[in-house]
Amino acid sequence: MASILRFRKLCYLEPVKCSSLGFGSFETPKVDRKCENVASAVEEVSEKSKKKKKRQPKEWRCIDYCCWIIGYLCTTWLLLLFLYHCLPANLPGLRVPEPPGARLKREGLTALHPVVLVPGIVTGGLELWEGRPCAEGLFRQRLWGGSFTEIFKRPLCWLEHLSLHNETGLDPPGIRVRAVPGLVAADYFAPGYFVWAVLIENLARIGYEGKNMYMAAYDWRLSFQNTEIRDQALSKLKSKIELMYVTNGSKKVVVVPHSMGVIYFLHFLKWVESPPPMGGGGGPGWCAKHIKAIMNIGPAFLGVPKTVSNMLSAEAKDIAVIRAVAPGILNSKFLRLQTLEHVMRVCRTWDSIISLLPKGGETVWGNLDWSPEEEHDCDSAKKMFLQPTLNENNTNHSDEKRRFQVKESMKYGRIISFGKEASELPSSQLPTLGSEEFKRTRSSSNFDTSCGEVWTEYDEMSRESIRKVAENKAYTARSLIDLLRFVAPKMMQRTEAHFSHGIAENLGDPKYTHYKYWSNPLETKLPDAPDMEIYCLYGVGIPTERSYVYKLSPSDKCKSIPFQIDSSADGSEGGCLKGGVYFVDGDESVPVLSAGFMCAKGWRGRTRFNPSGIATYIREHQHKPPASLLEGRGLESGAHVDILGNVALIEDVLRVAAGATGAELGGDRIYSDIIKMSERINIRL
Amino acid sequence: MVSRRKGSEHKKALNLEFRIDKEDDKREKEREEKPIIKKNKQEENEHRKRDLKKWSCVNSCCWFIGCMCSIWWFLLFLYNAMPASFPQYVTEAITGPVPDPLGVKLHKEGLKAKHPVVFVPGIVTGVLELWEGHQCAEGLFRKRLWGDPYAGLSMSLDNETGLDPSGVRIRPVSGLVAADYFAPGYFVWAVLIANLARIGYETKNMYMAAYDWRISFQNTEVRDQTLSRIKSNLELMVATNGGSKVVVIPHSMGVLYFLHFMKWVEAPAPMGGGGGSDWCAKHIKAVMNIGGPFLGVPKAVTGLFSAEAKEIAFARAVAPGVLDMDVFGFQTLQHVMQMTHTWDSTMSMIPKGGDTIWGGLDWSAEDDHDCNTKKIKSNDTQPMSQNGKGSSVKRVNYGRIISFGKDVAEVNSSKIEQMDFRGAVKGSNLANTTCRDVWTEYHDMGVEGIKAIADYKIYTAGSILDLLHFVAPKMMKRGSAHFSYGVADNLDDQKYVHYRYWSNPLETKLPNAPDMEIFSMYGVGIPTERASVYKLSPAAGCYIPFQIDTSAEGGLDCTCLRGGVFSVDGDETVPVLNAGFMAAKGWRGKTRFNPSGIRTYIREYYHAPPGNLLEGRGTQSGARVDILGNFALIEDIIRVAAGATGEDLEGDQVYSDIFKWSERINLQL
Repeated sequence: MASILRFRKLCYLEPVKCSSLGFGSFETPKVDRKCENVASAVEEVSEKSKKKKKRQPKEWRCIDYCCWIIGYLCTTWLLLLFLYHCLPANLPGLRVPEPPGARLKREGLTALHPVVLVPGIVTGGLELWEGRPCAEGLFRQRLWGGSFTEIFKRPLCWLEHLSLHNETGLDPPGIRVRAVPGLVAADYFAPGYFVWAVLIENLARIGYEGKNMYMAAYDWRLSFQNTEIRDQALSKLKSKIELMYVTNGSKKVVVVPHSMGVIYFLHFLKWVESPPPMGGGGGPGWCAKHIKAIMNIGPAFLGVPKTVSNMLSAEAKDIAVIRAVAPGILNSKFLRLQTLEHVMRVCRTWDSIISLLPKGGETVWGNLDWSPEEEHDCDSAKKMFLQPTLNENNTNHSDEKRRFQVKESMKYGRIISFGKEASELPSSQLPTLGSEEFKRTRSSSNFDTSCGEVWTEYDEMSRESIRKVAENKAYTARSLIDLLRFVAPKMMQRTEAHFSHGIAENLGDPKYTHYKYWSNPLETKLPDAPDMEIYCLYGVGIPTERSYVYKLSPSDKCKSIPFQIDSSADGSEGGCLKGGVYFVDGDESVPVLSAGFMCAKGWRGRTRFNPSGIATYIREHQHKPPASLLEGRGLESGAHVDILGNVALIEDVLRVAAGATGAELGGDRIYSDIIKMSERINIRL
Repeated sequence: MVSRRKGSEHKKALNLEFRIDKEDDKREKEREEKPIIKKNKQEENEHRKRDLKKWSCVNSCCWFIGCMCSIWWFLLFLYNAMPASFPQYVTEAITGPVPDPLGVKLHKEGLKAKHPVVFVPGIVTGVLELWEGHQCAEGLFRKRLWGDPYAGLSMSLDNETGLDPSGVRIRPVSGLVAADYFAPGYFVWAVLIANLARIGYETKNMYMAAYDWRISFQNTEVRDQTLSRIKSNLELMVATNGGSKVVVIPHSMGVLYFLHFMKWVEAPAPMGGGGGSDWCAKHIKAVMNIGGPFLGVPKAVTGLFSAEAKEIAFARAVAPGVLDMDVFGFQTLQHVMQMTHTWDSTMSMIPKGGDTIWGGLDWSAEDDHDCNTKKIKSNDTQPMSQNGKGSSVKRVNYGRIISFGKDVAEVNSSKIEQMDFRGAVKGSNLANTTCRDVWTEYHDMGVEGIKAIADYKIYTAGSILDLLHFVAPKMMKRGSAHFSYGVADNLDDQKYVHYRYWSNPLETKLPNAPDMEIFSMYGVGIPTERASVYKLSPAAGCYIPFQIDTSAEGGLDCTCLRGGVFSVDGDETVPVLNAGFMAAKGWRGKTRFNPSGIRTYIREYYHAPPGNLLEGRGTQSGARVDILGNFALIEDIIRVAAGATGEDLEGDQVYSDIFKWSERINLQL
């Protein structure tokens, strides 16, 4: 026991060093490696000095001194730890703010409607059920989630088990990795990093427990329909909802999906009412009978631009920064391993990522010259971001300010542009290629057989075709899909059988009964359930990736990714362009537009997407960074995952679960320009 | 170098500073650690020249701890860097190549996952977690309470309703984690799950029917809707696995729980699940009972009567002080008793069937059981044949489940004078009021009552119930609303539709499902508690007035009596008779308990202790929980799950005298 504590101490000490290097998102892995390094370094030191000792008996004090220091630190640490544990729980200085659940319980709220939680991408745990010999001893251990120790012990093995078959999108032969069931699936992502835990705890305070709370864990790597085909996850969810409805006195359920879980549940809504074998056969009244409200948290209804950069070059903002700071690290063959390439190879086998590509094409995301967010003022957004206290009633403020500012509008519509100029030029000066010109010149002239095993589909592309991609300068949401089809034909072929990204002209068309349209809110009708309510709860006030400036990567080696974000492209002071990425308002992952449009316009009132007139509510949460360290990840955060610990959001969820309606919560609560932006989008309703 | 060492000398002084600063430190310890070190070093330099002393004791200590830490880290590093196949390599080097794990072997034979599998854990092995607690349980939210040795909280229920006390909600963990490992490293279902996974099982076709094992069976439905949930899950699994019926594997008390479920699910709502009379026939392929205490466990009696079973009695004999002492301000045994008395489920394990099954004063089915031959047998593992020949051995009156004094346990019944206790005055409570906080119903009883109990001298299975009604009236009143212990004369009587009879196999009919199969799988070859010798406890006052007389030894001619306990063959907790009787006789063929003629099979597993330490808890164990790691049993289960019938397993496999003993029981069928 004590020794474990000592080891823990080591791990706690090191993060300070590690994080100062600025590895934002890579903190966890680095920390662990660092710790091992330290451990080994200590050993090396002691071993060296042992050798010295033999040679020069007089120098024995050095090693003694080392031991002494370590011993001293350990003892102090243990002492402090001991005192910390002895500490009475409620010390005046450590006053923990009262959890919202306890407060609401005093108000008289009790558990009424059963609650279903639907986790998003990446946050759900995955465990191994059958594996290759290299994964010996990991049976029913978490591969994803938890402490991720296996990455360091056997990185290649780990990647192999997490990737799916690249033709079927299902398990590779001999490997079965399954979602962890139950509430443990996504309460904590890694030790100490909560996802749903805070919400669960607060729900429990007003009387929820295992019988009226259910975590609809699913394998987030698969396409949605495949979770039913392989694991019967949708059937299980249906049966659970029916069971909870019956055992809780015919109370309808409140569904709380998060992130990708939102579109997963959208898929479920269509699936459950469709006739078998493709659907669940619940009949047209199923949703009306069983669901009271859907409280979408950080919904990615219309996709996330981040996915584009992920698919194209396996990098997000954080990785681009690292590459700029230390160009060598990611490209060097660390442990015989090209990190990014491997990540890309694995990610491309995950069908679900494609579900997050921007949907709605140029109508929603803007074309070469126009975008709904073009008036977005990054400067004021930043001010809001930095001065959280001023922004209580800032909506009017920033509007006025904006009138006086003359600013060139950003061309967010160009989601990918090659070179900074291309992102700023007016469209008439851009060389454009039609999509028909994306004809694959699959000449294997450059294809080097010495590369051996083909990892990413880039290896099959010739240098010329890559150059041709870059010559096209700018891509919008529509041509982006063509681009992806061009650079990764197999992947797109596989996944386009499961997902669609367009806008329906005529929703009555029989083709829309196919499951590939179910997860796209612009190509499905909501179920006929006039009493249901749909909430969009999301954070605003954090710069969120919206479009990218790319360049060709310098390296010409095989097995490398030919494109990368041009992190040297910076805009003017206070501009929206930073490190090759244009930012808009959002919750760090999902732009406001994607999260709020459906609730603000697409479904508002009786539209063709919402024929029965389901009520929609927008509840925005202005981001405030944690005031002190004691607050951890913040009680008023608006960030994509941290928002699950946001007190106001938890209160909303609890009130609805206890029976309140959207009107009783106070209807819409809006801080961003979502209404104005939605107005600009010209879509037939 | 020397001066450097000296400089560090004053660390001791710094220690004092630390104690002053500690209040602040602990909050941001990680952060402050580094500045402190710097500060240390600065001051070190200042003091370096001032005092030049030798290594002090503190420094040596620190040095030693430092060494230990370094070595520990080094080993940990080595361990982490070690290739995963290393331990296996070492094992193979010592014992030769390891045979394929069972699941792999069967997988190679071509067995594949077919029928969904449902596990029903038994008493105590299921894990419970806290959902709502009092102030003292702050920070334990959704932490395991049972199954974690460090969280010894009071798990009592309300002693009137048998449900949650107000303000506390403790609920079973759901999912396979509920009972795969009881404590870290102590497997329950994990081995079976791992082997099933090798032939293709995963979460979608395996289900752990976790329930709160503290409350009565019907209350799990009333409070948690557990039975409804099991029903819905079974239906879902049958539907999503192409209509293959499920194989149910209950263990220990789970056997009774599932018996209750089968009646519940076909009974009409609101008392039942409303599944209709053919629900079981449609959804269940086989019920593979492991170590099922169909007719109750004698251990439960001693547990309820004096909160001790053999193990505790032994501990009491070795170290008489420990258990009776007021350790940390509470009286351990009394607290245990208080807690178990609030658990309704323990009452489901009280011996059922009365004297007919368990034997009267002079007679019992296991009369000729020979403890000596068993000893020999366990050495040479010959199949059972010479049993019954050792007629020279004195017969044991197993029927007398509780007897006061060893002589009473052995003399002929005609020589015993029994004073009827039933009408006896309980007497007033003599215990002083300080006992009040410890709640066992003994405190409502006076000396007269205790004496009356001891005067009755001998209790058989029938009178045990009266005894418990006498000593713990509240508990039994609560319990008898949920459980019944008799033998039905006429199963069609209207009263038998009530749920209290559902978990007693002698008072219910099996469902109408002629294609279903019932297996009774249990270990044999371990001496198992059957009857005990009691004495009055010497201490008065707050203590439990009775305890097992551990000094009662049988001697050479009667080896069945050891430490106050008469043992028979069994799996350490459940005697053979009890585990096997229903399958051997009560349900065999078409009987009144089994109107549709469901086929029954007995699979006994002879206990063999683990061959060496590497085997851990043994691959051929017959002991109660360890049997879940028994390879032969796992193989049987896998074969049935993959589609085999009882005939394919070659029917019965019997080592004990179960058939002979069952013959002797005179029960109308």
